[in-house]
Amino acid sequence: MLPAQLNAENVKDYPPQGRQLIVSQLDVLRQLPAVLVPILLHEAMVYDWKFPKERKDLDDQFTYLSSLPKVERDQLLAGFSAITLPAETAKLDWVNAPSQFIEHLTASLWSTHQMDDFRAAADEYARSWRAAIPVALPPVSRLAIVMVGSGVSTADYPLFRKLKPHGVHFTQVSPEQGFATLLHAVTTRAAAHPEPFAHWYVDGSENVQQLSTAVTYVSYAGMEPARNELLIRIQRAIQSGSGGPEALRTMLAQMMPQDLGLPSEGAAALLSRFQISLLTEGSGTQIFSTTFAQWAAREVLRRAQPVTLLVRYSPRQRQRPMNELLSGAPRSMELDPAGSLVDADMGAYYTWLNQQRLSGARESAFLVWFEEHNQALAIGPATPRGTSSSSPTDLRQILAWIG
Amino acid sequence: MRLNRQMNAGDIAREIAWSRREFLRGAAAVVAGGATTSFARAHTSVARNRQKAVVVTFGGGARDEETFAPDGQENIPNLVQTLFPQSTFYAQVINRGILGHYVATASLATGVYETFNNFAAVSPHNPTVFEYFRKDLRRRATDAWVVAPSNGFNRIGESDHRLYGAGLGAGVILPKHLLAAALPSQGLGNYEHLLRDNYEAPFNTPALAGNEVEMERLHHLLKLSVTDFSAHARSLASPDELSVYIARRLMRELAPSLLWVTLHDIDIAHSGAYSLYIDGIRRSDRLCADIWKTIQSDPEYAGKTTMFILPDFGRDADTDPGGNGFQHHRTGDPLSRTTWMMVMGPGIRQGVVIDRPVESIDLVPTLGSLLGFSARLAHGTPLVEVVS
Repeated sequence: MLPAQLNAENVKDYPPQGRQLIVSQLDVLRQLPAVLVPILLHEAMVYDWKFPKERKDLDDQFTYLSSLPKVERDQLLAGFSAITLPAETAKLDWVNAPSQFIEHLTASLWSTHQMDDFRAAADEYARSWRAAIPVALPPVSRLAIVMVGSGVSTADYPLFRKLKPHGVHFTQVSPEQGFATLLHAVTTRAAAHPEPFAHWYVDGSENVQQLSTAVTYVSYAGMEPARNELLIRIQRAIQSGSGGPEALRTMLAQMMPQDLGLPSEGAAALLSRFQISLLTEGSGTQIFSTTFAQWAAREVLRRAQPVTLLVRYSPRQRQRPMNELLSGAPRSMELDPAGSLVDADMGAYYTWLNQQRLSGARESAFLVWFEEHNQALAIGPATPRGTSSSSPTDLRQILAWIG
Repeated sequence: MRLNRQMNAGDIAREIAWSRREFLRGAAAVVAGGATTSFARAHTSVARNRQKAVVVTFGGGARDEETFAPDGQENIPNLVQTLFPQSTFYAQVINRGILGHYVATASLATGVYETFNNFAAVSPHNPTVFEYFRKDLRRRATDAWVVAPSNGFNRIGESDHRLYGAGLGAGVILPKHLLAAALPSQGLGNYEHLLRDNYEAPFNTPALAGNEVEMERLHHLLKLSVTDFSAHARSLASPDELSVYIARRLMRELAPSLLWVTLHDIDIAHSGAYSLYIDGIRRSDRLCADIWKTIQSDPEYAGKTTMFILPDFGRDADTDPGGNGFQHHRTGDPLSRTTWMMVMGPGIRQGVVIDRPVESIDLVPTLGSLLGFSARLAHGTPLVEVVS
């Protein structure tokens, strides 16, 4: 089937809002390159469970594509049109199984050395529609806060090395009421700027206290039942020995909230879908709490584009060395606070990088705090770069300064 | 901080190479050499029929930030302080192929960018370096060996090419597979994590078939009992240490002329735990020095062995929004495609940095020129700084 043959009947099984979007854009979809259409359909298939900002992004793409004269559009998308597809990939059911098509397309791009061409085409397309329809500035400057080092009493690890050139390193921060201060800052912003999925709290451990309902909350401990159920299903699939990795990937992609005991109805379904994606699309998120926190923060920033984000890292389980595994000693869950601090330090840097990719980056504020210790680093529009301060201060003062 | 890439891929690769060169110049206080035309080997006294080669690859690339950049140097003290001063260092080795560990290692071994499914249990389609070596030089099967991480690599020693293939490849030892065979079957559940096939797709374990060595054969060739093997494994911290233990055993018992060791601990980066990735780099650094020390102290190898050390490729850049930094190598960006190579041994210029871009598929033709066989179907080019 070719894009030109696409009609409303083809997408009758899509979720309602995604179907509506596609039906309204059939005219333009029929004129797009065969490589691009399945990618857009893949996004439309999950449109009903996208965050508001993600929906806006997809809507903007269609608005832009529809607005272009055909000649101009063909010119813009010429890079996609030039991609050659193997016959077996082109024959796939890209309407009803676009993810399978994309998987085959990716393999084909690598094996035929067209990956660089595809990247160039995608970059040019993204640059063009983003230039034509710029992302709106957030209603308030973005703030991201990262807490690292929970459970670490002393550390000689050189913290914040990658962040120091961009902000101020504080070395005399009073840790008193630190966590409470940060939570208060988040809930205050959520109350002042109420908007769905605009304020998030990601915890690498457990829910330590009740938060405002205006703050969206995910935690590693809170997802333990879903995680355990997922691991059981993965193990079962592996032990069955049938289907191989492709079947396993399909199983993961088709996982529904109710399969893992998560809410599947109403507004909660959106968050459930997001939580499932953290476990099924994030490598290592099922095993290490530090990986979960980093990946969750990345996905929250990329997808929900929040104005407020608090990420708290907790110690992950210790990776047991081979000799210990072979010793036959009974398995017990041990934590690795020191290693987790290193993980979290890098995770904090990635959170800042991901925050910088959002609109209003120049005005954004970022704070990372070595929990219960005296070190913090702050980056804001007015903070000098690559400096340090040994003056006594506290997190409230720092937040006021960068906010 | 520049988040949008302003330079093209070639600029970035050159910048990476420049950074490495500058760092090495500072770290080792050596004179970097860029010219390639006036290269002459320091001495070329080893007769080709006595010449040996050991290739060490890192399956799971390590980035500059964690290795040759200023902040990374603490992770590779042996590479920088001990091995680099003895080596010719290629600062810009480009991998233009598929960035999956098995298919990339197969490409290194064939000198052709292989295009098969990275997770499939298939042989390389082009002749491997082991087949060229054994066929052209009429070497015994015991003269070429591969020690590789686990099941997925079991066919790396021999291609399915009609002119080479069956019976002409290298013996392949998969230490983790041996460990699985040596462990009590009822206890395997306790070791699943350890025996995991790869970190990139931890749920994929291709069925074993091919030229792997069974325990009995290992016992016969390496004089290694299951009991001794298991006991020794219990003293080691990681699968890569087990691989190097097996490699040393091979060197002692069989002294193969062509030995290929693929390390894999670094690839735990796919789990997203940065500290474990760093641990893997530090371990690889130490193991490379251990292998070189073994070469220098073994009369069968000392003075006639060239060692090559290279990652199969890099990992994604922090600044590429399509990736997640060190965790994966999925974007195909310049950082994930650009890596380095160290070459050391008799006749190799020492403490020299080569800036010009070379490709990872140049390895096999270089080995061919060095050992005296023709890698006639390989697509790479012999590295003149090593072979002229």
